[in-house]
Amino acid sequence: MPVFDYAPAPENRDIARVKQYYQPFIGGGFVDGDGEPLKTLNPATGEVLAEVSTVASSDVDSAVHAARRSFERVWSPMPGAERAKYIFRIARLVQERARELAVLESLDNGKPIRESRDADIPTAAAHFFYHAGWADKLEYAGLGASPQPVGVAGQVIPWNFPLLMLAWKIAPALATGNTVVLKPAETTPLTALVFAEICQQADLPPGVVNIVPGAGDVGEMLVTHPGVDKVAFTGSTEVGKLIQRQLAGTRTRLTLELGGKAANIVFDDAPVDQAIEGIVNGIFFNQGHVCCAGSRLLVQESITDEVLAKLRSRVETLRIGDPLDKNTDIGAINSAEQLAKIRELVASGEEEGAQRWTSPCPVPEKGFFFAPTVFSGVESSMRIAREEIFGPVLSVQTFRTPDEAVTKANTTPYGLSAGVWTEKGSRILWLTSKLRAGVVWANTFNRFDPAAPFGGYKESGFGREGGRPGLAAYLKGADDGEV
Amino acid sequence: MSVALTERLDDATRDASSLRRFLDGLPGVDQVGLEQRAATLATRSIKQDAKRWAIDTAISMVDLTTLEGADTRGAVRSLCAKAVRPDPQRPDTPHVAAVCVYPDLAATAVEALAGTGVAVASVATAFPSGRSNRAVKLADTALAVDSGATEVDMVIDRGAFLEGRYGDVFDEIVAVKAACAAAQDTVHLKVILETGELATYDNVRKASWLALLAGGDVIKTSTGKVSPAATLPVAHVMLQAVRDFHEATGELRGVKVAGGIRTTKDAIRYLVAVNEVAGEWWLTPSLFRFGASSLLNDLLLQRRAKQDGHYSGANYVPE
Repeated sequence: MPVFDYAPAPENRDIARVKQYYQPFIGGGFVDGDGEPLKTLNPATGEVLAEVSTVASSDVDSAVHAARRSFERVWSPMPGAERAKYIFRIARLVQERARELAVLESLDNGKPIRESRDADIPTAAAHFFYHAGWADKLEYAGLGASPQPVGVAGQVIPWNFPLLMLAWKIAPALATGNTVVLKPAETTPLTALVFAEICQQADLPPGVVNIVPGAGDVGEMLVTHPGVDKVAFTGSTEVGKLIQRQLAGTRTRLTLELGGKAANIVFDDAPVDQAIEGIVNGIFFNQGHVCCAGSRLLVQESITDEVLAKLRSRVETLRIGDPLDKNTDIGAINSAEQLAKIRELVASGEEEGAQRWTSPCPVPEKGFFFAPTVFSGVESSMRIAREEIFGPVLSVQTFRTPDEAVTKANTTPYGLSAGVWTEKGSRILWLTSKLRAGVVWANTFNRFDPAAPFGGYKESGFGREGGRPGLAAYLKGADDGEV
Repeated sequence: MSVALTERLDDATRDASSLRRFLDGLPGVDQVGLEQRAATLATRSIKQDAKRWAIDTAISMVDLTTLEGADTRGAVRSLCAKAVRPDPQRPDTPHVAAVCVYPDLAATAVEALAGTGVAVASVATAFPSGRSNRAVKLADTALAVDSGATEVDMVIDRGAFLEGRYGDVFDEIVAVKAACAAAQDTVHLKVILETGELATYDNVRKASWLALLAGGDVIKTSTGKVSPAATLPVAHVMLQAVRDFHEATGELRGVKVAGGIRTTKDAIRYLVAVNEVAGEWWLTPSLFRFGASSLLNDLLLQRRAKQDGHYSGANYVPE
């Protein structure tokens, strides 16, 4: 038994005020959808958390029509300063209900309360605050003299950061005068539906925001709906490709934020202790369910043994367990399906000859959990070096020269993010110009700010979210010359 | 730690230029990353049995300190009484680790604490500024050890360190260590880095290694006379140093945080850092200390609150 044995410190689950039944939010009201209801699970226990009514094609129609009506009559004619008031109000309400949202997010998603409390929810609120500020200043954003909203945005978001991804999608759309129909992920619909309550509390005009829960079929209905002017999708590259094929030749605008297999590059002059923290944060944050996770560690050969030894002893201190415990570092894998995928890829790593090391930390018996795992001796040809695992599994490769690091880092169909660890400023600047990744973090990793554009190269998608470039995706003429 | 470091360690103390090469070759510390890690670890929530254990452990790690111009023998004797029995109404309360005084009052403390298990620590070497010559500093140390102090808290010459005269700082620590070794009993040497005057985390790391290489048994953050005194990020850097030193040499050295730690909550945050940065081996009074005066009373009040289920007023614990 450890000398200093932290007693359980669970957050009170009643704070989440989980209801037994949730409904879609269409045209300003909660209504039953005609789809098959779905049950959303608590991945930490495998127990049913709530039942959610889902939508059918007719409901998607009404949501898109509601959004169109409010776009034409209310939201787009409204002066930016007035729109800003609503968005600021939403931001404040997210802050006021932060604890409830954090606990609910951890229950539905499985992420540790420390992360939902200190990262997801505050960053979601920050996105609304940031974009509220833009609503009356769009003429000065450098995106044209009088930028105009696109219309109705159909948005589909993933399960890894449910409320935060909602904020990334809804905040810029509303600030620029668009209305939205958003489909939350099948396994994590609850915070989006509480967000719908917040829209009501904020007196947001009916139809400006519509939330349509359901599975992939609902997503398909939404993105292919002829009444949708712009599609924004965050999710897997596989689905992203499908959407792009379906929308080819239509007038619907599209931005995609897809998968990644980011390289985290550690040079021999790196601040080693902080690099270890950055590696841990890069791959074990949110159980590795992060599209921009630093899932490939590239270490300079001369320090590989030292880095691996320090990394292992640091990873051993990670506490895996009840997501609601305030001391949990790694929570539950979001679904049985995702857990099976992680196991399958880990097995492939072992078969292909990489050396597996898994933290000896105790793992709960119930629920979906996977102990943090580090593969060394990984070759670029192995599946664990090429495919996105989307779990707490790190693949370690080595390099000898900066050029080799760049080549290895860019040898991937993805290009979402990368990390560089060195005390040499000139090397950072040189690398950022060579790495084919939308975000390059220097001596840090997984830092998000609403003012910083985020998005990918290559098969990680296109379009940017956040900052000024993020506004362009929701404004006519700003990103494609159309006026 | 790598074999390479062990080899470099052997070379480091050969002469002043090897020492400089070694210290300048230590990996840098990234300020943003370090502070972020310290802040994240500070969110650990320590409850129930874990909190009870932490409070008692923290009490047993306190160097109960009085370092005022107005200190009297009477004040030192009453501090010693408190060190032995911090909460007289609760005899199960552990005693503190040591009482820390100026060298001229060390004899008074030694007399008051004889046979109690509470050690006497004395500051020395022209504490707190360290601005005097080697002879005066060694005489100061001799006064402390001759009075019977078993722990000496010396200050490094920050001026020399900031001038880059690492060799001089090293030699001085070695000399003070030798003066300690001249005593009858084993005297533990704590080396105060005064991190508030070193200004950067890179300097804190260099000074930590310098003090460890020179034979300091414990590296200590501050005198308590300079602001900022102990901070969590600084403690992280020093805990990393003793951890890495142990990896490289197998020797266990300690850390003492001093100055500005006033609440139980603060103390527990340091214990969490010790546990997760250095490791659980360091969770013992021989390897981790709090230099504090007012912290003890808050620990005692929290200890009572845990036992009674409610808070009592500050009047229930002796000043």
